[in-house]
Amino acid sequence: MQKQEFTITVYTENHIGLLNRIAVIFSRRKINIESLNTSPSEVEGIHRFTIVIDELEEVVRKLVRQIEKQVEVLKAYYNTNDEIVWQELALYKVSTDEIAEKVKVERLLREYGARAVVIRKDYTIFETSGHREETNRLIRVLEPYGLIEFVRSARVAIIKASSGFHEKIKEFEATDPSDDLIENEYLGKQQEIFSM
Amino acid sequence: METAIDIIEKPVKETIKITGSQALLNALIAENVDTIFGYPGGAIMPIYDALYDYHEQLKHILVRHEQGGIHAAQGFARASGKVGVVFATSGPGATNLVTGLADAQIDSTPLVCITGQVFAHLLGTDAFQETDVINITTPVTKWNYQITDACEIPEVLAKAFYIARSGRPGPVLIDITKNAQLQLFDYAGYQSCDHIRSYRPKPYIRKEFIEAAAALINAAEKPFVIFGQGVILGNAEQEFKAFLEKSGIPAAWTILGLSALPTDHPLNMGMLGMHGNYGPNVMTNECDVLIAIGMRFDDRVTGRLDKYAKQAKVIHLDIDPSEIDKNVKATVGVWGDCKETLPMLTRLIQTKVYPQWIEKFRAYQKEEEKEVIVNELYPSEGQISMGEVLRVLNELTKGEAIVVSDVGQHQMVACRYAKFNQTRSNITSGGLGTMGFALPAAIGAKFGAPERAVVAVIGDGGIQMTIQELGTIMQTGIDIKILILNNQFLGMVRQWQQLFHDKRYSFVDIASPNYVTVARGYGISGETVKERNHLKDALQRMLSHRESYLLEVMVGKENNVFPMVPQGCSVSEIRLK
Repeated sequence: MQKQEFTITVYTENHIGLLNRIAVIFSRRKINIESLNTSPSEVEGIHRFTIVIDELEEVVRKLVRQIEKQVEVLKAYYNTNDEIVWQELALYKVSTDEIAEKVKVERLLREYGARAVVIRKDYTIFETSGHREETNRLIRVLEPYGLIEFVRSARVAIIKASSGFHEKIKEFEATDPSDDLIENEYLGKQQEIFSM
Repeated sequence: METAIDIIEKPVKETIKITGSQALLNALIAENVDTIFGYPGGAIMPIYDALYDYHEQLKHILVRHEQGGIHAAQGFARASGKVGVVFATSGPGATNLVTGLADAQIDSTPLVCITGQVFAHLLGTDAFQETDVINITTPVTKWNYQITDACEIPEVLAKAFYIARSGRPGPVLIDITKNAQLQLFDYAGYQSCDHIRSYRPKPYIRKEFIEAAAALINAAEKPFVIFGQGVILGNAEQEFKAFLEKSGIPAAWTILGLSALPTDHPLNMGMLGMHGNYGPNVMTNECDVLIAIGMRFDDRVTGRLDKYAKQAKVIHLDIDPSEIDKNVKATVGVWGDCKETLPMLTRLIQTKVYPQWIEKFRAYQKEEEKEVIVNELYPSEGQISMGEVLRVLNELTKGEAIVVSDVGQHQMVACRYAKFNQTRSNITSGGLGTMGFALPAAIGAKFGAPERAVVAVIGDGGIQMTIQELGTIMQTGIDIKILILNNQFLGMVRQWQQLFHDKRYSFVDIASPNYVTVARGYGISGETVKERNHLKDALQRMLSHRESYLLEVMVGKENNVFPMVPQGCSVSEIRLK
């Protein structure tokens, strides 16, 4: 088995200190977080973390169980890149004079699907989104024209097979776990999961 | 005047104004807490002020150091099965709890620790005795929370107790700012907690996994049960015994599982791990089905993991899903509380006996007796051995005492040789290996089980780490027996230096004070024994003394604990010498 990129999705209560509680699960094992996003989910009061790490699946599976064990974590999933649709947002600040002079730049930006967010006399900010390679490519293209500043967001990802958290939350709010509550996600996958 | 305590007795229709401190103490009473181990200080003074009026309902034990307080609460919890409660002040009071929290976290001990904190408006200003307790304790608590508003106290305390005791138990720390302790608020009574939407204390039990486990057990020819503290924490000793007796499977224990099954039970094969018994270690690598119940495959149990039970199909019963497949891959993982899963399994298994298989264990046992045990328990010459102290102690207590051990050689000897007839009798720091644990834990154990005799077995290193708790014994007048096994060395480290570092004894020759004189200073009687022929009488005097007693036994300086699985070796490479 080889290390590969995994996206970990965590649904949590919106409580102070939870970010630290999740972060120490990684730092204790000396695992670097490549990207981390946290923001409110579609369900009120529930936050969603999206964490990207480069690791062995075996390690990721154990990590996810440790995360899910935290009292204020409702559910944690991990997925390979094939199983998700993801984007990162990027902002590029360039000199307005430069782009005014060189029409080519604007054409380039259009090619990359970028749009202007702010246009001022001294600078213009463009925004685009995409995978890491796509936003990186635009940096390289803009560099000759005097890229002043660049910033990129963490990854946000939608799990292709997920049906959202609205239904799941009802199960969590129920006092008794229902029969169809899939607590054991490896149920029926014994052969795939276990090597023995 | 109506006191705050009356309020919880009757259904509250209207709110009443009380302080955060009173609400906290009401919560403790509602959770049936009767004993608190603590130490006051500036930031927790309002709680202590309120406690002054509650001394009839809540017994507060004033310890000599917060670490002693939390270890005492651990001993209390382990002996009684109840949640241990600790009070400490902010800053140094709170940081002194960290070792005990880490110990309780790794050994799954239910605790609720209340720490005072500076006023909310001073948070983050480097105020006097301010420290970021929540972030310091995050990795060593099951849950922690800071309260800055008294209105939160009833609900948060209810959650704290529920989280500490449910599922896989663990320590919870609640940090309360001084303003919240003082604040008057509209109190509407206490409601205990039995559900938190983000928290599943017990995983859903899957019938198909019980069936798969039963099928493996029924087909097994050489099955072997290994069990841990999960059996005790789940109050599942009877269910475990019923399972074992129907299945006829030989069983061995981790040191935290010790006393869940009586020592003399015919299916009890002994101790697992680095200094465990010969048979259980070797047979781990010979069995065809290994059934692990409420244990977590610690490295001190498994030795080298890639050579551990590779031939066996593994059934792992655990309440904590993250333990299954963590260290040893399970063929069948049975998620759930063993109090529920064991009877389900017992119903599906056939009644069997394995006389030839058990005979193999017995053969190894005979060899271990010849090579190790007889010499350790019945030495005829030389200095007293630790093992013979335990043997004589067994003869006198008849397995009825709670034995609290510290960490090191004497701990391994105590776990190997102490006999137990009932559960919750062996209290020791297993996962963290905290030297200094035993003396305060023994104090707590006595409060948790006042009707039982408590013997603290401690080395000359560990006793000096928390010796100040003799003051707690003096002040409370509690009756515990302190048995110091003094080999004038930090013995376990010395043993490793002898075996693996060419006898380079680097900083292990620790000097001791005159323990009997120290004890006398605290009003505790004691004596030192050096001669074999005085040992039994001295132990008898210790046990029959009506108050606490300190007995120091001078034991062989360079005795080693065997058998031993050297680090990095497989359990089948266990050495008898």
